[in-house]
Amino acid sequence: MSARLALRSAALGYLLLLVGVPVVLVFYRTFEDGLAPVVDTLTDPGFLHALWLSVIITLIAVPANTVFGILAAMVLVRDRVPGKRILNVLIDLPFALSPVVVGLALVLVYSRAGWFGEWFEANGIRVIFAVPGMVLATIFVSLPFVVREVVPVLREVGQEQEEAAWTLGASSFATFWRVTLPAIRWGVTYGVVLTTARCLGEFGAVSVVSGRIEGRTETLTLHVQNSFENFDRVGAYTASVVLALLAVLTLLAMNLFRRKEPTHGDRRPAGH
Amino acid sequence: MAARPETLRLPRATGVSGRWFARGFTAGYLGLIVLIPIAAVIWRSADEGLSGFWDAVSNPASVATLKLTFLVSLAVVLVNVVFGTLIAWVLVRDDFRGKSFVNSLIDLPFALPTIVAGLTLLALYGPSSPIGVNVAYTRVAILLALLFVTLPFVVRSVQPVLLELDREMEEAAASLGARPFAIFRHIVLPSLSPAIISGSALGFARAIGEFGSVVLISGNIPFKTEVASVNIFNRIQSDDPTSAAAMSVVLLVISFLTLFLLDALGRWRTRHER
Repeated sequence: MSARLALRSAALGYLLLLVGVPVVLVFYRTFEDGLAPVVDTLTDPGFLHALWLSVIITLIAVPANTVFGILAAMVLVRDRVPGKRILNVLIDLPFALSPVVVGLALVLVYSRAGWFGEWFEANGIRVIFAVPGMVLATIFVSLPFVVREVVPVLREVGQEQEEAAWTLGASSFATFWRVTLPAIRWGVTYGVVLTTARCLGEFGAVSVVSGRIEGRTETLTLHVQNSFENFDRVGAYTASVVLALLAVLTLLAMNLFRRKEPTHGDRRPAGH
Repeated sequence: MAARPETLRLPRATGVSGRWFARGFTAGYLGLIVLIPIAAVIWRSADEGLSGFWDAVSNPASVATLKLTFLVSLAVVLVNVVFGTLIAWVLVRDDFRGKSFVNSLIDLPFALPTIVAGLTLLALYGPSSPIGVNVAYTRVAILLALLFVTLPFVVRSVQPVLLELDREMEEAAASLGARPFAIFRHIVLPSLSPAIISGSALGFARAIGEFGSVVLISGNIPFKTEVASVNIFNRIQSDDPTSAAAMSVVLLVISFLTLFLLDALGRWRTRHER
């Protein structure tokens, strides 16, 4: 079976050169000069604020997109509305659109010269170069994940149990809460994991709307870039390793929840 | 299970109020988060008229950046078609120690933030490369970054199809004396091609708009290594949102075209599977 071995070596060699070795090297480089500089970075107020801001933004964006994701999936699967095809494509748009365009779009709507800029300014709310704009950008880029995970599950579980509950007199909310939601919970969980990963890792859109003010509008990913550009190599590598560890946690969660959903079709958008 | 006759259809379990709530919330949320901002980009791109739009996207710098982005993304598609299919094949049909680890590794580029991906590649293929390969600030670096972030697309799209593929046909062909490559070419590949196309189309759209992984490693040299996203970013930074919007519209059109193609392909596949 030498052909088999050749194919295996080609596949593994490609993965090793593209992913394996670079990732290991970043870990090595981080700890190259010992633990002290790493600890210095981890206790640096700039780093801590960036981590905190990333977490806060994620904590707002994930619940918002989870509620939207479940409701949008209900509309796509259970409802009959015209223009479903357009709806489908619009929901997928954040997958296919450059994050920089997303950032620009928000600037054009919410900056001082933008469509709603005057209104927000008159009311003393800053959106661009502030946290609200960063939240909006993060919500935009991570919008499709829950929808795309829940749609196939919702289709799979069918409508019989919902109809039974309904004929037995349950209200539509009770039907949803006690029948539909428990049936799709693993799909929702998987979608939440993917959304969380995307939110923590968002860079391009947030970079445009944040203004990158250290200690104020700098997320962890922006902190990586700033440290790198300021020749703080260990700082950039350490923040990267923290993000990489979060990525590994995501992978573990993905493996855990994927097993509970053996029916995942190929509609699952890998990547992004 | 027999289909229920249409006349006996029960009222649908999401009551009228619930249905309208879901519809209203979905439309409102999508409008506020996605539609209004996208409309603002299109509106702004026409700020200086159609000729202004044309000037912004057809000047030599714009053409160079669009051409580079398009060609590199095309190269990414070609490599992904070959290696994505190969990796999916090895993960499904081959067996070796550590296979499940390798399988999870495929998702790493998805879970890893793009800026970290860029930094990671720079560590191995940058100025301080331990193996002496320095491609930083070249087009090869852009290709590497895009290959990294698009790795999962074709693999994850082909894998489930390959898993469900009936092997009887292949065994029949083999027993009739077909060589392994002929079996792959004439029996396996036709079943995989829709999955390969949809995976690489998603990867293409992703490559066209990629920013984070490219920004550190490409050097962003105009006319040489500046991709479309970086170009738009620089135009925003230099306070030229109108031309940034014009370039964005070009990317938007490519995104929508890709998504409609994928939608049509998805419909075609469900029709032909049943």
